[in-house]
Amino acid sequence: MSAAPGAKTFVIDGVDASATPGQTILSAAREHNIFIPTLCHLEGLGDVGACRLCLVEVKGARRLLPACTTRVDEGMEVTTNSPRLADYRQMTMQLLFAERNHVCSVCVANNHCEMQSMATTLGMTHVEVPYRFPALTVDASHERFTLDHNRCILCTRCVRVCSEIEGAHTWDVMGRGIQSKVITDLDQPWGTSETCTSCGKCVQVCPTGALFQKNRTGERRGKDPSFLPYLRTMREEL
Amino acid sequence: MSEKKTLATVWLDGCSGCHMSLLDMDERLITLSSQFDLVYSPLVDQKIFPAHVDITLVEGAIGNTEDLEKIHMIRERTRILVALGDCAITGNVSALRNACGAEAMLRRVYGESAHGPAQNATGKMQDIFVQLPRLFERVQPLHDYVSIDAFVPGCPPTADTIHFALSELLAGRVPDLSGVAKFG
Amino acid sequence: MMSHEELEQTTAKVQQEQRAAGDRINVCVAAGCLSLHSDAVQKSLTDEAKKSGARCSVRGVGCMGLCSAGPVVSHEPAQAVAAEDKTTAQPTRLYGGVQPGHAAKIVASLNQEPVRELAIDTAMPFFAKQTKIVLENSGSINPESIEEYIAAGGYRALLRALHEMTPAEVVQEISASGLRGRGGAGYPTGLKWATVARAAGATKYVICNADEGDPGAFMDRSVLESDPHRVLEGMILAAYAVGASQGYIYLRAEYPLAVQRLGVAIREAKRMGLLGAEIAGTRMSLHLEIRLGAGAFVCGEETALIASIEGRRGTPQPRPPYPAESGLWNSPTLINNVETYANVSPILARGSAWYAAQGTAKSKGTKVFALSGKARNTGLIEVPMGMTLREIIFDIGGGVPAGHTFKAVQTGGPSGGCIPESLLDIPVDYDSLMQAGSIMGSGGMIVMDDSSCMVSVARFFMEFCMSESCGKCVPCRAGTAQMHGLLTRITEGVATHRDLDLLVRLCEMVGATSLCGLGQTAPNPVLSTLRYFKNEYLAHIEDKHCPAGVCECATTPAEVNA
Repeated sequence: MSAAPGAKTFVIDGVDASATPGQTILSAAREHNIFIPTLCHLEGLGDVGACRLCLVEVKGARRLLPACTTRVDEGMEVTTNSPRLADYRQMTMQLLFAERNHVCSVCVANNHCEMQSMATTLGMTHVEVPYRFPALTVDASHERFTLDHNRCILCTRCVRVCSEIEGAHTWDVMGRGIQSKVITDLDQPWGTSETCTSCGKCVQVCPTGALFQKNRTGERRGKDPSFLPYLRTMREEL
Repeated sequence: MSEKKTLATVWLDGCSGCHMSLLDMDERLITLSSQFDLVYSPLVDQKIFPAHVDITLVEGAIGNTEDLEKIHMIRERTRILVALGDCAITGNVSALRNACGAEAMLRRVYGESAHGPAQNATGKMQDIFVQLPRLFERVQPLHDYVSIDAFVPGCPPTADTIHFALSELLAGRVPDLSGVAKFG
Repeated sequence: MMSHEELEQTTAKVQQEQRAAGDRINVCVAAGCLSLHSDAVQKSLTDEAKKSGARCSVRGVGCMGLCSAGPVVSHEPAQAVAAEDKTTAQPTRLYGGVQPGHAAKIVASLNQEPVRELAIDTAMPFFAKQTKIVLENSGSINPESIEEYIAAGGYRALLRALHEMTPAEVVQEISASGLRGRGGAGYPTGLKWATVARAAGATKYVICNADEGDPGAFMDRSVLESDPHRVLEGMILAAYAVGASQGYIYLRAEYPLAVQRLGVAIREAKRMGLLGAEIAGTRMSLHLEIRLGAGAFVCGEETALIASIEGRRGTPQPRPPYPAESGLWNSPTLINNVETYANVSPILARGSAWYAAQGTAKSKGTKVFALSGKARNTGLIEVPMGMTLREIIFDIGGGVPAGHTFKAVQTGGPSGGCIPESLLDIPVDYDSLMQAGSIMGSGGMIVMDDSSCMVSVARFFMEFCMSESCGKCVPCRAGTAQMHGLLTRITEGVATHRDLDLLVRLCEMVGATSLCGLGQTAPNPVLSTLRYFKNEYLAHIEDKHCPAGVCECATTPAEVNA
């Protein structure tokens, strides 16, 4: 097998690998069946490097680098897992679980939640940081969908899919720091949004129970963002 | 083979679902039972928590003054303390009231939506139920108060999970559920 | 079109006018003294001067430095104004705490003895130990007059560079000077310029980061209020060096006076042909616009600042790509801080060798500090790099007021740390401060005495970081809130050793994993106080006691849950 023109060769977890020019560490790692945890990344959406789960060690780099936004350089040596990374990733999950009210047992996304399964994957058995228990609201004003701030992890997938794919830019983030929250239009009830096309893409890409379709129960609660890479490819090739 | 280990199970601020799941081990429970003596549990008629227990499984969170007293006493008398289920580990459903606080919850449940002495009560609702343990404003997981040796998440943890955890404990190992255990 | 000859003509005209006006009475009208109503003082002095018929002029000038003595007024005798050699001239008199009621006395003293009860000793270490490059015009020129800036030597370096130097030579000169970014991180300025100059792209931008936001910091504000043309000249030179024709000054809306004076300066510079199209008759053009920040601290982070200028939510983005390669609207962009730009014109005017001769081996030149807190003299100072903290605090600052003892000095704002008495003899430079667990930062320097609780101080800065976090990345958004919660527990006397261990773990994790500098440095105030004042943390935890008597510690842990 010969490398494509301009291909970058690099080492990931001790294995020689290659990447196409401009390819991110994350994308190259997945092609080589190397698991790097992510929550804000979603195939088909622009990357923001916000959840920090995909941080990896790159030899010679002063800091840990997000695999989702860092491009492979020739000769790069990447370590995707280490005791230190595992500890940081678990702490990141703990911070997320303690930040809002994530009560898996009574959540609409129970058993269909990327955050819940990520906690299992990363070996989180309990949360050491104090739970914050903030008082947050639920917006059920849209006729088909509901927004539950209690479950939101601010990954901004909804914001990005709405802006990048649907082109409506109904969603955005307001507030700072721990007070940040996703909003529709100018922080008005979702049901009154004039820009929302009710396409439901935001619901399908939401990794948790923050955005969900009404009147869906049991196994039908699962989300399916698989349309995304397809749409993106179609557009790029047209 | 050393002598049988002593086992206790405790039900604090929770729904007893974890105990139901414990019983869901069915015949496996009988097999395991040869390895332990159940010395204290809501499932048996024993009023006093023994002075020394090898393994204690605690279901439920810390929601009131009684829970807090108990968990300190249990910790002192237990070698391996296990937080069983999401309430014990995260607060879970028991902690749903935390966003509004105990007083607001009591007023809603026993004041606004109930008929009884508290319906039109003025002042603090907590002061009406003086004969009951005082609720904390916030329900908290066990490890906020005492050190925990093993965590068995789940709401409830499945019978298989509990079986694995208990088998490990009886074999003298601390069960490591990382990568297996699931919340909810 | 502006030429060297015209600059000299303007200078001669200004000097002639100044000589004709006789004695000069200068009133500080920068934010510090203005907040003490120095505008009323200026008015009274003007009225009194007119009434007395004395041959003098009263003018508003920028900051004279000793803010704790404000409102500050200086009196330059006519002979000093006219003197070619300022060092031998009759010294300028300085007055502090001047009220409108003092105006008559000051005017009456012009040819007499100074007004003793208001006099500030200009020979005291506060003044004598300073070296002024960035602040050389502050307090002596009218910030709203481009002519006065020109008369003080301004825009000569620009014209010389445009006519006699290639852009590469300008970059080379800045590199050779050893100037490092004054915004806090200390990145070599010449290297940054060279990267932008080298970057491919038809359109390039220069940006001035004037989003000064550290608690206790007012250096950039003062420079912009006192000598705005110095910053403009630095930016124009930078634009010439890197090949930019459009620039932005990102300035906090909370600095209305700076906004106004910078606006005047931009208009004046355009009027004189020193800004806009075909600067000074050359092919060089630079269009500058002011962009007002809406108050988010994180917009001082360069990628967030760029997002804000573009009209997007001000949140940082992962680097690389660095703005030097792909910044504003994906074009190569040079971002420097106000004080960095303010150093450019003197370097080009007097040469890189002159500049590099000041300071230490790795930190050249001077640094402006906003000295505040528990020191006798507080205000705006400029010292050569390498001066010890002790000299700054005890000589320039005059030490802590009587009845108290020095405890720590905080540098670098929320990204910095607290340095104890035992380390006061370290030189102030980028590397030494970092070794001590703090950073140079943008120049905030807060002196604390024994009445400060170091846990409370750490908590204060963590609260700042928590509320100023943009909320984008998890460790900064949720981690700062958790650290703040744990610090609060400690100050309340309800924390355990477990809480302290968790705090330390979070500090490490948030510092290592946050997306931008805000989160990466947010743990610094905690880590440095833990390093030097751990006993104070332990006193709160073990004895439920605040040694400084600041925190109200609960008597029993149960109180918190009651």
